[in-house]
Amino acid sequence: MSEPATTTIDPHLDQMLAHTSAADPATGDVTIQNYTINFGPQHPAAHGVLRLVMELDGEVIERIDPHVGLLHRGTEKFIETKTYLQTIPYFDRLDYCSPMCMEHTYVLAIEKLLDLEVPIRAQYLRVFCAELTRIMNHLLNLGSHVMDVGAMTPNLWLFELREDTFNFYERISGARMHANYFRPGGVHQDVPLKLLTDIADWLDTRVPRLFEDAISLVADNRIFKQRNVDIATVSRDDAIAWGFSGPMIRAAGIPWDIRKSQPYDVYDRMDFDVPVGTRGDCYDRFMVRVEEVRQSVRIMKQCLRDMPEGPIASLDRKVVPPKRAEMKQSMEALIHHFKLYTEGFHVPEGEVYVATESPKGEFGVYLVADGTNKPYRCKIRPTAFSHLQAMDFMSRGHMLADTTAILGAMDIVFGECDR
Amino acid sequence: MRAPAPAWAADLNDETMELARATLGGALKDVFARVGEVQLWVERDQVADALRLLRDTPGLEYQQLMEIAGVDYPERPERFEVVYCLLSLTRNHRVHVHVTTDEDQPVPSVTGLWPVAGWLEREVFDLFGVVFVGNRDLRRILTDYGFSGHPLRKDFPLTGYVEMRYSEEDKRVVYQPVSLQQDFRNFDFMSPWEGGAYVLPGDEKGGALPQAKGAYTPVTADQVQKAGATAAPSIAPAGTSGSYAKGTNPPGGPDSGNRPADPAVIPSKGQGQNQ
Repeated sequence: MSEPATTTIDPHLDQMLAHTSAADPATGDVTIQNYTINFGPQHPAAHGVLRLVMELDGEVIERIDPHVGLLHRGTEKFIETKTYLQTIPYFDRLDYCSPMCMEHTYVLAIEKLLDLEVPIRAQYLRVFCAELTRIMNHLLNLGSHVMDVGAMTPNLWLFELREDTFNFYERISGARMHANYFRPGGVHQDVPLKLLTDIADWLDTRVPRLFEDAISLVADNRIFKQRNVDIATVSRDDAIAWGFSGPMIRAAGIPWDIRKSQPYDVYDRMDFDVPVGTRGDCYDRFMVRVEEVRQSVRIMKQCLRDMPEGPIASLDRKVVPPKRAEMKQSMEALIHHFKLYTEGFHVPEGEVYVATESPKGEFGVYLVADGTNKPYRCKIRPTAFSHLQAMDFMSRGHMLADTTAILGAMDIVFGECDR
Repeated sequence: MRAPAPAWAADLNDETMELARATLGGALKDVFARVGEVQLWVERDQVADALRLLRDTPGLEYQQLMEIAGVDYPERPERFEVVYCLLSLTRNHRVHVHVTTDEDQPVPSVTGLWPVAGWLEREVFDLFGVVFVGNRDLRRILTDYGFSGHPLRKDFPLTGYVEMRYSEEDKRVVYQPVSLQQDFRNFDFMSPWEGGAYVLPGDEKGGALPQAKGAYTPVTADQVQKAGATAAPSIAPAGTSGSYAKGTNPPGGPDSGNRPADPAVIPSKGQGQNQ
C-alpha cells in the first residue's frame, strides 16, 4: 500500500491508515492492528453451530478460540435417567451423519458388561451397517469439504449417492437417519434378501461410477490442490499429543485403525487396507477418506459374501425380547417382552471404556453400571473434541480462507462434539 | 470374554499391573483389573507425575490421552472421580487412571503432558465443578455463557433451574424459572422380589452366584465375566455358519453357566426360548 487508502468502509480504519503512513513515511508500510472476528455460529462452512473467535493479523490467523457447546443437549444427563434400551436413540443423534456407528460403540460397551455373546449373523450385519454408515459419512464430508474450498459439482454427485444410503437405511431399519437398529445382543430385525442384493448391485455399479467420477473432478485438480496441499500440516508427534484418531491420525502417517488393531465384531475376518498419509496436510486427510470409502466397499462385499444364516440377536431372553409371533403362543415370552420394555434389563456393576473406529475417529463410551437397569454414568468421548481443539495450532499462520479447508478436512459434527 | 468388544491386548493386563506397581510406587493407591480393564487408583496430588511416568516409562508407553471422564458419587467422602483413559499405540493396550476429589480439592492439570487435556479438563470442570490447578484456560465449555451450576452432578435436576425463550416484549432472549406441564416421572424399578435396594429381613442373599444375564444381580460385571469364562471356556466365536448354532447354545441353554444351581428349580425342557 503506497499511499493512504480510503477504500475501506470503516472510517476509523481509514483514519488509522492515514495516520500510520503519515507517521512513517520512510517505508510506506502501514501497521495494521490485529482484528478479532467471529466465524459463525451461523456460517455455512462452520459445519453446524461452531463459533470461532479469530484473531487476525491482516488476513493471517494469529489465534483461534473455538467456542463449542451451542448444541449441548445434556445427552449424558438424559442417559442416566433412561433404561439401557431407551438410551440407544440418543446415540443416533450424537453424530447424525453416522448414526449406526455411534450405536455400535454403545451396544458393545453394554455387551462387554453383560458378557453377552452375539450371534455371528448379527455381528456381520453390524459390521455391514457400520461400513455403510462410514460411506454415508464420508460422502457428506468429502462433498462438503470440496464445496468449502469452492467446487460445487462433486458435492451434488456425492449427495446423490448419499441419498441411496438413506434409502438403504430406511429399508434396513425403517428410518432414514436415526436408525435405532443395533441392540445389545445383536440387531433389531433381519434384513430382507432383496435388500442385500440391491446393496450388492449398488456397490458394484453406482458407487464406483458416481464416486470415482466425483473424486476424479477434484483429486488431481490444480485449484483443489492449491487449497489443500501443505495446509495445516500435522506431525506424528503432534497428532499423538493432541489425541488425534481416525483419518486425522492416519493422515499424519500413523497406521492406527481400531478396526485393525483392536478388532470388534467380525472385523478380524475382514480383509481391508488402512490408508496412511505422508504429509499430514488437508489433502492427505481428504485422500485418506477417499480411500476409506473404497475399503468400506470391499468390507461390505466381503460381508455379503460370508454372512451366514442364523439368528440376528442373542437368544438370551433376559436381554433380547422375543419375537412377536412367540408372544402369541408363550406366556413366558409375553412376560419377557413386558419386563424388557418396562423395566429393562439390569447390567451388573462395573466400569468399561469401549472405543470403536467411527468414521470420524475413535468414538468411545465410558460406561459405569451400578447393577440397576439404568446407566450410572455414560461418558461419551467425541472425536471432534480433540480435533477441534487442535484447530488453534493447525491454523496458526495460515490465511483466513484456509480455515474452511482445515475445518472441512477435520470432519466435525456438532451433535457429537457438544452432546 | 464372550462379548465382541474391541479386542486390545488384554493379556498384557498382569504385566502392566506389575510394572505400574514398580514404577509408580507410593503414588499408586490401588491397582486391579475389572471387566478385563486395568484400573490404576492414584493419589490426587501426584496424578500428573504418575501420568508422566505412564507415558514415558518403556514398557508402559501410554502415548495418548483419549478421555477424561468425571463421575459423581455423592455418598462418598470425596464425591468426584476423575478417570483418565489412556491408550498405548505401541502396546495396543488401554488403562484407566482413577483419581478422587471433591468440590474444593484441586486436581493437578495434565495440560503440560498432553495439550488435548485442556478441553477435556474444561469439560469436567464445567459439568462437575472439579478444579484443575495448572490449566490456564479453565473456562466453561459446553454450557451456555453465564451458566451457573454443574449439570452432571447427581444433585442437579434433569430439567435444570432456568429455561430460555425469546421474549416478544423485550425483543431478546430471556431466562425464566423452569415450569413443567407435567412432573418428571421417574419410575422405581427396584423390586424386593429380585433383591433390590431394599433388603428384606431374612432375605439377604450374601455371596450368591451370578444370576441370569440381564436379571438383577448383586454381583459385578467382572464376576460375571469370570464365571462365563470358567463355565464356557471353549466357546469361541463359531467359524462357519454350520457350527454357529453350537456356539450360541451351549448345552443347557444360552446362559446356563451363570445360573445358580438351585435344586428347588425344576429345569424346563432344553428347547425353545422359555427356559
